[in-house]
Amino acid sequence: MKKIILTLALALGVVSGAQAAGGGIAWDKAPSKTNDLVSLQNGAKVFVNYCLNCHSAAFMRFNRLKDIGLTDQQIKDNLLFTTDKVGETMKASIDPRQAKEWFGANPPDLTVIARSRAGAGGTGADYLYTYLRTYYADDTKATGWNNLAFPNVGMPHVLWELQGKRVPVYDTIQNHGHDEQVFKGWQQITPGTMTPAEYDQTIGDLVNYLQWMAEPAQNTRIRVGVWVLLFLSVLTLFAWRLNAAFWKDVK
Amino acid sequence: MAREFKDISPNASAGEKVTNWFENRFPTAFDAYKVHMSEYYAPKNFNFWYIFGALATLVLVIQIVTGIFLVMHYKPDAALAFGSVEYIMRDVPWGWLIRYMHSTGASAFFVVVYLHMFRGLIYGSYRKPRELVWLFGCAIFLCLMAEAFMGYLLPWGQMSYWGAQVIVNLFAAVPLVGPDLALLIRGDFVVGDATLNRFFAFHVIAVPLVLLGLVAAHLLALHDVGSNNPDGVEIKAPNAPRDANGHPLDGIPFHPYYTVHDIFMVSVFLMVFTAIVFFAPEFGGYFLEYNNFIPADPLKTPAHIAPVWYFTPFYSMLRAITSEMMYALIACVIGAAAFGVVKAKLPNIFKGAIVGAAVVVSAAMLSIDAKFWGVVVMGGAVVILFFLPWLDNSPVKSIRYRPDWHKYLYGIFVINFVVLAYLGVQPPSPIGERVSQVGTLFYFGFFLLMPWWSTVGESKPVPPRVTFVAH
Repeated sequence: MKKIILTLALALGVVSGAQAAGGGIAWDKAPSKTNDLVSLQNGAKVFVNYCLNCHSAAFMRFNRLKDIGLTDQQIKDNLLFTTDKVGETMKASIDPRQAKEWFGANPPDLTVIARSRAGAGGTGADYLYTYLRTYYADDTKATGWNNLAFPNVGMPHVLWELQGKRVPVYDTIQNHGHDEQVFKGWQQITPGTMTPAEYDQTIGDLVNYLQWMAEPAQNTRIRVGVWVLLFLSVLTLFAWRLNAAFWKDVK
Repeated sequence: MAREFKDISPNASAGEKVTNWFENRFPTAFDAYKVHMSEYYAPKNFNFWYIFGALATLVLVIQIVTGIFLVMHYKPDAALAFGSVEYIMRDVPWGWLIRYMHSTGASAFFVVVYLHMFRGLIYGSYRKPRELVWLFGCAIFLCLMAEAFMGYLLPWGQMSYWGAQVIVNLFAAVPLVGPDLALLIRGDFVVGDATLNRFFAFHVIAVPLVLLGLVAAHLLALHDVGSNNPDGVEIKAPNAPRDANGHPLDGIPFHPYYTVHDIFMVSVFLMVFTAIVFFAPEFGGYFLEYNNFIPADPLKTPAHIAPVWYFTPFYSMLRAITSEMMYALIACVIGAAAFGVVKAKLPNIFKGAIVGAAVVVSAAMLSIDAKFWGVVVMGGAVVILFFLPWLDNSPVKSIRYRPDWHKYLYGIFVINFVVLAYLGVQPPSPIGERVSQVGTLFYFGFFLLMPWWSTVGESKPVPPRVTFVAH
């Protein structure tokens, strides 16, 4: 009996182990702060300036940004490039056919991208945070760029001016008689307009915004949930005593 | 036939007058209230396991009500469906709440139904005279699976699309009519707009109607034969003790005693349910799969397609049937036939028929693709539940009075089911495949060998009255 359980546990262990081994590099933890309005606003600015040229967020309305502390006027003055109505959704101006020609695929819609990219390695935000920080120059690719979290990615490094050009440095180690390449760190080739810390901060804000945009109701949801649970605890208490009162005399 | 009109004293209170007015005009409702509520005597020793029927009813109501509101905003159109769900999530006031309640409700439905079925299994609630209650229940389970499967296509995400594609393609494995059958289900050569529209029609009208009819039949049949209980003692048997009014001493009126029970447990259940709705609606990718936030793309097959968790035990059994596994199944068929020929006391002509049938089945197993047998096994895993009342030969109903080793067997059955569910979520692997094959054989062995094993061992004496400890 014990043997069977042990074998079974072992089998399951191996199965889940194999699961974890696939895919790119391990994901870094994204700063989680969808309540931080300053960060969200900065993220929205980066998003509109850099991402929205090619990617749409076709289910996200500009005026929803009021939820993160902006006014209609601020949105109109600073963030509306593709339309002049704040009630419109965020549609990219890129022609899909051209996009397909240039990048090999249509840039995906980003409205719920943060929800769709979650997985065994972490949240979707973690993935995006890692992905946007691990671009490197690679001459063998058509765009000149490659990525550690998404090998052979079609998108070039749109934020390269901010981050500068980098290449990964590998260590060669001996593993069971095989030479193995282990990622060690980065080598900066040309400097960006931001320091690495500033860049991480910016990407953190952008990912934070993407996370919020994927579900704008997420903070409302939690706030309401607390009240609902408080109400139900009181109801449960009364229901419990009501039940006890009725069953008191049942012998 | 008209009843006698009841007059009431002019001095009666307004409430009594109104009641009398209705009772004279709609006596059926008043009778039904008595038969099903105030004078329905349920055993008083119900335990925790007896809450899941009421909870299933609650979830059914939640699904219907939230479903109505979702349909008001949802667009069953391949080009608009995904966007309309996001519209509900963003632009419809409280739409996110309605949608999360519906998506969490789907999983909650299966949680409570699985627990409800397990209750029936361990206390022998399917046995005479409750066979029909069990059969209606199994039909409800089948409907629920259809309902969940078709509902899952509607958000039109990648997992919706490819899950439907994989499952509908299974029907294509049926010999001769398979491809046409799959075409009939899809309404197109691939899953597309036509599929979405028909699944929508089934999901919001056809299947719910059948479901409601079956739930009514399930409850009416139950109230005709009376509820079982953890002791498996018949409280309404002719020789069961009764009070001066003829009511069973071991019973208690459903209302108010079990209604207050249910109110309490509903409240507890809602705490768990709303905690998920408000704090973890995706439930780690199990209730809302991450991939389903990518719009359906017929040109891009996801690397790993897995059904939602509640289908995975059956999905595991489907995947377990490889061409290699067919030899094990053929060995089982031949073994069963040999056992029948050697052991059963039958005229030779029947023994010949058994051998003939075994040869035909084995030949079919060798010649038809293993994929088809996988479908047969997956369907059989559900259908076999229908036969449970006639598979169980134990002299006692309840697990309480069965030989102790039965409890371990049921325990292993549950673990096996959970392991199969787990493996169904995982990508295929050689070890997982082997484990799921053993699990599949155990699952079917449990049921097919039940006529034999349920009689083995010494059962304990069943008490004449239910065991009830006052609260």
